[in-house]
Amino acid sequence: MTAPTSNAPTLDVDHQAGDRLQLRGRWTLEYANAIGHALRDAPKGMKRIDATAVDRLDSVGVLQLLRYARRHGLDDAAFAFREDHHALVAAIEDVADDRPKKRREYGFVAALGRLGFAVQDNWKEIIALVSFLGENLFKMLRMAKEPRRFRAIATVHHMEQVGLDAVPLVALLSYLVGAVIAFLGATILADFGATIFVVELVNVAFLREFGVLLTAILLAGRTASAFTAQIGAMVSREEVDAIRTLGLDPVDLLVIPRILALLIMLPLLTFIAMMSGLLGGMSVGAFSLDIPPQAYLARMHETIHFRHFLVGMSKAPVFALIIGLIGCLEGLQVQGTAQSVGERTTSAVVQTISLVIIIDAIAAIWFMHMDW
Amino acid sequence: MTTSTSQRREDPCENADDTTPIIRVRGLSNRFGDQIVHEDLDLDVRPGEILGVVGGSGTGKSVLMRSIIGLRRPDAGEIEVLGVDARSEEQEDRLHIERNTGVLFQDGALFSSLTVGENVQVPLKEHHSDISDSLRYELALLKVKLSGLPADALNKLPSQLSGGMRKRAGLARALALDPPLLFLDEPTAGLDPIGAAAFDRLTRTLQQALGLTVFLITHDLDTLYAICDRVAVLADRKVVAVAPLAEIEQLDHPWVQEYFNGPRGRAARDSKRDGNRET
Repeated sequence: MTAPTSNAPTLDVDHQAGDRLQLRGRWTLEYANAIGHALRDAPKGMKRIDATAVDRLDSVGVLQLLRYARRHGLDDAAFAFREDHHALVAAIEDVADDRPKKRREYGFVAALGRLGFAVQDNWKEIIALVSFLGENLFKMLRMAKEPRRFRAIATVHHMEQVGLDAVPLVALLSYLVGAVIAFLGATILADFGATIFVVELVNVAFLREFGVLLTAILLAGRTASAFTAQIGAMVSREEVDAIRTLGLDPVDLLVIPRILALLIMLPLLTFIAMMSGLLGGMSVGAFSLDIPPQAYLARMHETIHFRHFLVGMSKAPVFALIIGLIGCLEGLQVQGTAQSVGERTTSAVVQTISLVIIIDAIAAIWFMHMDW
Repeated sequence: MTTSTSQRREDPCENADDTTPIIRVRGLSNRFGDQIVHEDLDLDVRPGEILGVVGGSGTGKSVLMRSIIGLRRPDAGEIEVLGVDARSEEQEDRLHIERNTGVLFQDGALFSSLTVGENVQVPLKEHHSDISDSLRYELALLKVKLSGLPADALNKLPSQLSGGMRKRAGLARALALDPPLLFLDEPTAGLDPIGAAAFDRLTRTLQQALGLTVFLITHDLDTLYAICDRVAVLADRKVVAVAPLAEIEQLDHPWVQEYFNGPRGRAARDSKRDGNRET
C-alpha cells in the first residue's frame, strides 16, 4: 500500500532529552505494519514515550505501544498521551492481558484421539439408527391402532415430491443404463455368435438388480438429502422443539409420513426403472443389433421368470426404509449451525448409498444360495 | 477522482466539526410495492453523538439504517455518509464506507460456522490482509474484551453463547476496524433489564473511549433516557423531530405523547431522575 509519507507513523529520539521517543503521524489500523516496523527498529534504552504529537490514534496503535512497553519493561507512567486519547488508552489498558491458549490440534496423540472419537461416533450412529428403526416401527403400529395420528395430506405431499417428481429422472437414467448393458453384452456375446442372449442379460440384470439399485441410489441422492435438509432446518430454527412443546410427536408428524411415502413410491419407481431398462435394451437391439422388437419380445416371453421380478421388488421396501430412516435421523441430529446442516446432509447421502449397496450385495449372495 | 473528494475520503472524522453532519439524508423515499415506508425524509447525524432512532413497528427504522449503509437502494433521495454518496456503486466509495462503519444486527448475525475470535478477524482479514496473524489475533482478543466478554469466549462458537453474549460478540466484530461510525439495530432487544443496562453502559463507555458516532435503533425507553444525546422520531413516513429528549417529550404529536408519556415512558423517566441507571 502506498501511503502518503506525511501520514505514516514515525518515531524520533527527542533532541533535548536523549531517552525520550517522540511519536508523530497516524498510529492507526491502516499503518499497522508500519507501526510494527517502527517500534521494532526503535533505538534501545528509551525511558519515556511522548505520543502527544500523533495525528491520530486508534486501538491498534495503543495495543502496539502497550506491547512495546511490556517488552521493554516500561510502565504506564512512561507514556504521555494527548488529552482526547486518554479515554481510549484507559479502556484498552483496562482489559488485562490474559490471552487463552490455543488448542493443540496436531501431532500423533491428537490423531490417535481423533481416531478414537471417530470410532466412538460411528458406534453411536449405529445404535442411534437401530433405536430409531425401533421407534418408528413402534409408532407405526401405534398409528395402526389410533388412525387419527395418521397424516394423510403430508404423506400424499411427500409421495408427490419423492415419487412423481422423480419419474422422469429415474426413467431416463434407467433407459440409458439398460442401453449401455445391452451394448456391453453384445460386444462380448457377438464373439460367440450369441447376440440374442443380450435379451436375457438385460432382463435378468434389470429385474433382479439394477432396477431397484439404480432407483435406490438416485433417491438416496435426491430424497435422503432433501429430508435431512428439511428436518435439519426445522431443528435449527427450533421448530421441532415447538412441535414437542405443543404436545405433538415429531416422529408422527415429520418422519412417518416421509417413510410411508418412500415405502409406497420406491417400489413403483423401481417398476418404472425396470421397464425403462428393458426398453433401453430393446432399443439397442432394434437399432444396432438386428434384433427386431417382435423377436426381442418373443425371446423375452420364452426366457423370463417371474421370480427375477420378485427378487428385485422384495428389496425395494428395505431400501425405502434405509433411505427414509437415515435421511430423517440425520436431520433430527442437526445442531443449530448452518454448517451442521451441510455436514449432516452429506453424511446422510454417503450412509444411504453405502448401506444400499452393501445390503444389495449381501442379498445377491443370499438369493443365489437359495437358488431363487 | 477530484482533489476535494480524496481529501474528504482521507479524513472521515477530523475535518468534520460539529456543524458538518457525519450522515446527511435528504428527501429519502422508500417503497415496497405500493406501500410507502419513507417519503421525503430528512435526517442529520452529528459527529460524536449517540442518536436514538425510535418509531412504531413498521415505520421503517431498519429500512432507514439499511439505506444508509447501502444494503438497500432507496427509491429517491440523497444520502451522504462520511462525505461519500451512500448510493454510489464505485469500489472506492463502497470501501470507504465499509471500512469506516460498524454494524450490529439484531441477533448479532455472527457467522455460525466460525468461532467468536474468527468472526472478529473476518473484517480485519478482508480489509487489512497485511497484518500479521499474531497481531490480528491480539486485536480480536482486545475487541472481544472491550465488548465485555471473557477471553475464553474467543474460541467458542456462536451457538455456545447466550443471546446477550452473542450481541457483545457482534459488537466486537462491528468494532474490529475501529470505525468512527457505529450502527446498532435494537441492541437491547431480548436482553434482561440488567443485561440491557450493562449493554447501555458499554455503548456509552465505548462511544466515549473510541470517539464513536452511534446510530442506535431502539424500542427501549430506558436506553433512550440513559445514553442518547438526541432522539429522532420516525412517524408518518418522515422524521417528525430530532432533538434532545426533554424537547421531544413536549412535542405535540399523538404517537410521541403516547410513547413518552405512557406508563412505561414515565417509569423510564423517573428511574433516570432517581439515578438508577446512570451511565
